[in-house]
Amino acid sequence: MQELRDRMKPRQKRFVFIAVAVAGLSLAVGLVLYALRGNVNLYFTPTQVFNNEVPQGRSFRIGGLVEEGSVKRDKEGLATNFVITDTNKKIPVTYKGILPDLFKEGKGVVAQGKVEADGVMHAEEVLAKHDENYMPPEAADAIKKAGEANAASKAAAGMPVTPVAK
Amino acid sequence: MAINWFKYSAPTTFYGLAGKLIPWFAIFAAILFAIGLYIGFFVAPVDAQQGEFYRIIFIHVPASILSMFLYMIMAGYAALGLIFNTRLSAMMASAIAPTGALFALISLWTGALWGKPMWGAWWMWDARMTSELILLFLYLGFIALHASIDDPRRADRAAALLAIVGSVNVPIIYFSVKWWNTLHQGATIKFGGTSMHVAMQQSLFIMMLACWLYAIAVVLARVRSIILERERNTTWINDLQEVRS
Repeated sequence: MQELRDRMKPRQKRFVFIAVAVAGLSLAVGLVLYALRGNVNLYFTPTQVFNNEVPQGRSFRIGGLVEEGSVKRDKEGLATNFVITDTNKKIPVTYKGILPDLFKEGKGVVAQGKVEADGVMHAEEVLAKHDENYMPPEAADAIKKAGEANAASKAAAGMPVTPVAK
Repeated sequence: MAINWFKYSAPTTFYGLAGKLIPWFAIFAAILFAIGLYIGFFVAPVDAQQGEFYRIIFIHVPASILSMFLYMIMAGYAALGLIFNTRLSAMMASAIAPTGALFALISLWTGALWGKPMWGAWWMWDARMTSELILLFLYLGFIALHASIDDPRRADRAAALLAIVGSVNVPIIYFSVKWWNTLHQGATIKFGGTSMHVAMQQSLFIMMLACWLYAIAVVLARVRSIILERERNTTWINDLQEVRS
């Protein structure tokens, strides 16, 4: 080792120093982020809420999909009730305020608020989360129709119908 | 005939070479910006989910990608400067920093403008946005640290260390949407394909190329003025046509 160190040119030594420093630093940052992974996440999933992994008595965020057919708007006033699902567990949410344009059934949503004793989240803020796919409306329609036709043909053949991916 | 590449790592020859290249990069950047913006705003179809709002992607995504790539190039030059003690490498790193910071700022700014109408929030402390903000601070820190040390060679070394340490942040920005749950959606452009319509892809690709050419042009122009400033006491600078007159 000592012999190798003596044989190396100064610039080779500097290179090894930088390489080792960057590797060590990456490892340290990696460990810190791994330790903090729960804190870095922006929201909890409904499953985590059911597993009691969420802070008690404090406001936090839940993320998931707005369940199909669950959105009910109050007749008078701005209150909206809906259900957030991760296809495993469901959390009902009530929110008084203006919803973002992209808020839609079957689409992503992040709600912040407290879950009260009745098991309903009283949200202070509701944000829409969209996906990374960009296509014109005609293409989106075509994909939807193809999915429906696929499901219909499967149903006709007596196969179990799988939900179409959104 | 073998080209002696090391010749171009000397400020003496690089100064002239950069001067000849700048107009070409600048002209092609301007043409591609015009084409890319035209396709993006007039030819590309509306998006099924986001309507017209998604069009800010043609500025947001190239700026974000450039801010990350330029950082890695800057850190690479900084490391080269530390290892080989070459003068030009450190000058290149200092020349890249302001352009990288500009792209990081554009990325955050357009992201906020896009986030408000779509998500309902200008800003959210999620992993993607926070790590991009840290990238902007790293650029600003690099510039400030370099400016705060009078001896340019010592300033180069100190700022180079900061740049190399900060490079750990770039993979975090890229993978943040995979590793954690965030408000920001996943990557549209992935290794091996995009999830995007063809006309949208074309505009995005052209805009990205235009941003690259623009970045190269301004970095070369900036490195030329850094060379002039740093080597002002040498004879070759004083023999230059533009310096004499």
